[in-house]
Amino acid sequence: MTDIATLAKPRVETTLKDWETDQEVRWCPGCGDYAILKAVQRTLPMVGADPATTVFVSGIGCSSRFPYYVESYGFHTIHGRAPAVATGVKLANPDLDVWIITGDGDGLSIGGNHTMHVLRRNLDCQILLFNNEIYGLTKGQYSPTSRAGTRSPSTPFGSVDYPARPAAFALGSGAHFIARAYDISKQLPDVLTAAYNHKGAAFVEIFQNCIVYNKDVFADFTEKKNADEGQLWVEHGKPMLFAKGTKGIALDREALALKVVDVVDGDWRAADVIVHDVANRSVAHMLVEMPFGPFPMALGVIYDDPATSFEQAVVEQNEQGARGKTPDLQKLVSQGQTWTVKADADAAKGPAL
Amino acid sequence: MASAAPTSTAPLATHEAAPEAVVVRFAGDSGDGMQLTGGQFTLSTALAGNDLATFPDFPAEIRAPQGTLFGVSAFQINFGSSDITTAGDAPDILIAMNPAALKTNVNDLKAGGLIIADTGEFGERNLVKAKYESNPLEDGSLARWQVLAFDISALTLESVKPFGLGNKEALRCKNMWTLGLALWLFDRERQPIIDWLKGKFAKAPELAEANIAALNAGHAYGETAELAVPVKQLHMAPAPVAEGLYRTVTGAEAISLGLVAGAQLAELPMFFGGYPITPASAILHHLSRLKEYGVTTFQAEDEIAAIASAIGASYAGSLGVTSSSGPGIALKGEAMGLAIMTELPLVIVNSQRGGPSTGLPTKTEQSDLYQAVYGRNGDAPMPVIAARSPTDAFDCAIEACRIAIQYMTPVMLLTDGYIANAAEPWRVPDMAGYAKFPASFQTQVPEGGLKPYARNEKLARPWIKPGTPGLMHRIGGIEKEVGTGHINYAPANHQAMTELRRDKILGISHELHQDVALGETHGKLAVVGWGSTFGPIHQAVRRARRKGLDVAHIHIRHIWPLPENLGDLLDNYEQILIPEMNTGQLKTVLRDQYLVDAKSLNKISGQPFRIAEIEAAIEGMLA
Repeated sequence: MTDIATLAKPRVETTLKDWETDQEVRWCPGCGDYAILKAVQRTLPMVGADPATTVFVSGIGCSSRFPYYVESYGFHTIHGRAPAVATGVKLANPDLDVWIITGDGDGLSIGGNHTMHVLRRNLDCQILLFNNEIYGLTKGQYSPTSRAGTRSPSTPFGSVDYPARPAAFALGSGAHFIARAYDISKQLPDVLTAAYNHKGAAFVEIFQNCIVYNKDVFADFTEKKNADEGQLWVEHGKPMLFAKGTKGIALDREALALKVVDVVDGDWRAADVIVHDVANRSVAHMLVEMPFGPFPMALGVIYDDPATSFEQAVVEQNEQGARGKTPDLQKLVSQGQTWTVKADADAAKGPAL
Repeated sequence: MASAAPTSTAPLATHEAAPEAVVVRFAGDSGDGMQLTGGQFTLSTALAGNDLATFPDFPAEIRAPQGTLFGVSAFQINFGSSDITTAGDAPDILIAMNPAALKTNVNDLKAGGLIIADTGEFGERNLVKAKYESNPLEDGSLARWQVLAFDISALTLESVKPFGLGNKEALRCKNMWTLGLALWLFDRERQPIIDWLKGKFAKAPELAEANIAALNAGHAYGETAELAVPVKQLHMAPAPVAEGLYRTVTGAEAISLGLVAGAQLAELPMFFGGYPITPASAILHHLSRLKEYGVTTFQAEDEIAAIASAIGASYAGSLGVTSSSGPGIALKGEAMGLAIMTELPLVIVNSQRGGPSTGLPTKTEQSDLYQAVYGRNGDAPMPVIAARSPTDAFDCAIEACRIAIQYMTPVMLLTDGYIANAAEPWRVPDMAGYAKFPASFQTQVPEGGLKPYARNEKLARPWIKPGTPGLMHRIGGIEKEVGTGHINYAPANHQAMTELRRDKILGISHELHQDVALGETHGKLAVVGWGSTFGPIHQAVRRARRKGLDVAHIHIRHIWPLPENLGDLLDNYEQILIPEMNTGQLKTVLRDQYLVDAKSLNKISGQPFRIAEIEAAIEGMLA
């Protein structure tokens, strides 16, 4: 779904090394963030990004340290507000490539409002939400994406609230691009490339393994032995198959819901398996709502249907509003009903209207 | 204290000589169009060459229940042939459109003042709603004043009969009928109002014609009717003012224009992030129309996003501006800290209102001084500038832009609900007379390598826009290393950076000089004010000086840092009086900074000071 606007960007040749900073990376050894950082540093040369026009904006949390480790412009802002800061950056200079790095607490709890609005407005940016279902930097409290029953220092008897579902939230907020991957998945650079090439807000949920406070919480589908049954990588124009092509996703036409079907001898058409269409919003809704367990985890580019981006609309309106008008400060301050006072005027007669 | 108010104007009905200044208050139901009537009367006053000041006072409810005491909306104007700096103490004329408007306003009226009332609205129902047991127009309870009561409602209906409007629509023309009468009373031209009505109702010419007919009828009524009290037509001579081009301006307009001018003088595009809040929204409205000046406005999802987006825009090379009122400013606090830490230019306009919490959204107060100077976590110094009047707000906004850019810092500009809404004549400034202060961006790696937190002679760091090749770097809210701007938690570094941030802001005081607004630079008493109390303080000091009292007026624009000479100046007076619309916030700062024994005069009623109140305090201290 690459559109003309992104193709027009000048390509800059770089290598992975060009995107590394001299700063010591300070995540826990074995943290999933390392893999995501590498995937991003691998993606940027692939898409021909220019370090000088690339800006990483983050909030607060483990993931939000990210900008310090990418050799580009970076702004480590305050908790939850990265989308708002990024909106100002992009509106002030639409030529910049803006990446927002956030987490489940930063992006869905304290900053949930900004995440919703940046998606609704469709600001041209990439939003990478590292979801580890826990507050890592503050030492392990349950987060808005933690599953019910999560035991943590703040919920010693288990959390009782229902978790937020990031991709469903994003789609519900009006996002035009939704993708999912996990930290160590080899497809992550491809997913990031698709996000980069999407003009508008591209929301990528990345399942990230917090090895200290929520170790292996996604192992049910990320571990090698569970990958075949647990992962459904969707691809535009391709049937939704998993378990080495022996199973697929079809529509239960009576219940108007998805169902898992068996595929015999690779004949997915006979099993009525859905061919993925990234522009189909209804199916995207069903994919992000698909409960893991009875279903595999839908990964890859789930939805990609570009629309006019926010900064583009703002720039156009600004240009239209300014068209044919010459800025003239003197004229501006002299607007409205004015009158002139003359020194020699007969005061009793009053000023000339 | 109000009883001490001198009668500077002659009783209207008995003297032919025009008084020097007159205070008129229009009061009616919030749906009666009193603000509109006041606004048009203001325009006509300005066109007549009178100096003026206004005070719109309206309820927080858009359409409060009709006829109720809390639904009363009022607009006061003080105008005259001499220098006017306040909206006036007690009105000379009260125009009361219903019993509730009479009840809530009549006690402010000067003894002997004139009440113009619409008897058509003084029926049983409205009297009950206004909690009157009997009709005040008939029971003699208004004996202290002169009453001119007639059925404005019926006269209006009669005048608009030819246009076939429904009863409700026809009655809406009452305010124009009343305005017509007021125009007659002060010998004003009707034409500018007629032109305005034609423009306003361009799409509904019958409404324009009806309103014009009502206006003319009100005017004619004054001219021909034998009024119950012998009202004489008044012609107020124009005030002696400097020659030049004039217009009226409200504080909100002046700030918007000043911000645009500031950005233009800095040769920068402006980004304005705002969120609707009373009384600050007007700035967002004004700026959103000025696209040809490189202004981008962004109505954010909340106050935090409004400032955060402005910080993002400043980071990317625009002049970021945000505006709000007390509660919204509180929400922006953390982000102000980010702008201080990342040392980015930013202008934050705070149109103060009564607080705390939601407080009094449409009333005025200057109680956010502590919030402005101290209201952030950590040692977070930030310049604070306070405008004294609608026209002063223009220069203050330019000053805020300049300091923000030259010192790479957020700056807070304080105004209040009174300044934001009030109008006054403004001698249109000659923009060529304003010095440019072009922003400069670092574009090359300097000798010795890139140092995003290097310092110039003002201790400001370089402004480096993303998009600049070779200067990639990272900034953020974590403590910065001196020079490099890398993350650094070392104790000595934090001490050094905290001191640097403090010294940078305190250094601004070297370029600030405090003048005396009125009086000598030494003496028995200095009345020290800030913000919108300028008018009443100035007049009170003027009156006291006329009586021979040794008193001066000092008005502080730069609340933080304070001007370099202020401490020495205050030392020259035996006593210091600080009138404030709060419980003594500037007083605390001045006592802290200079160990001066300043005394407070506080008013926290949501209403501006009366001249007489300050005058009485001056006399009390010098007694």
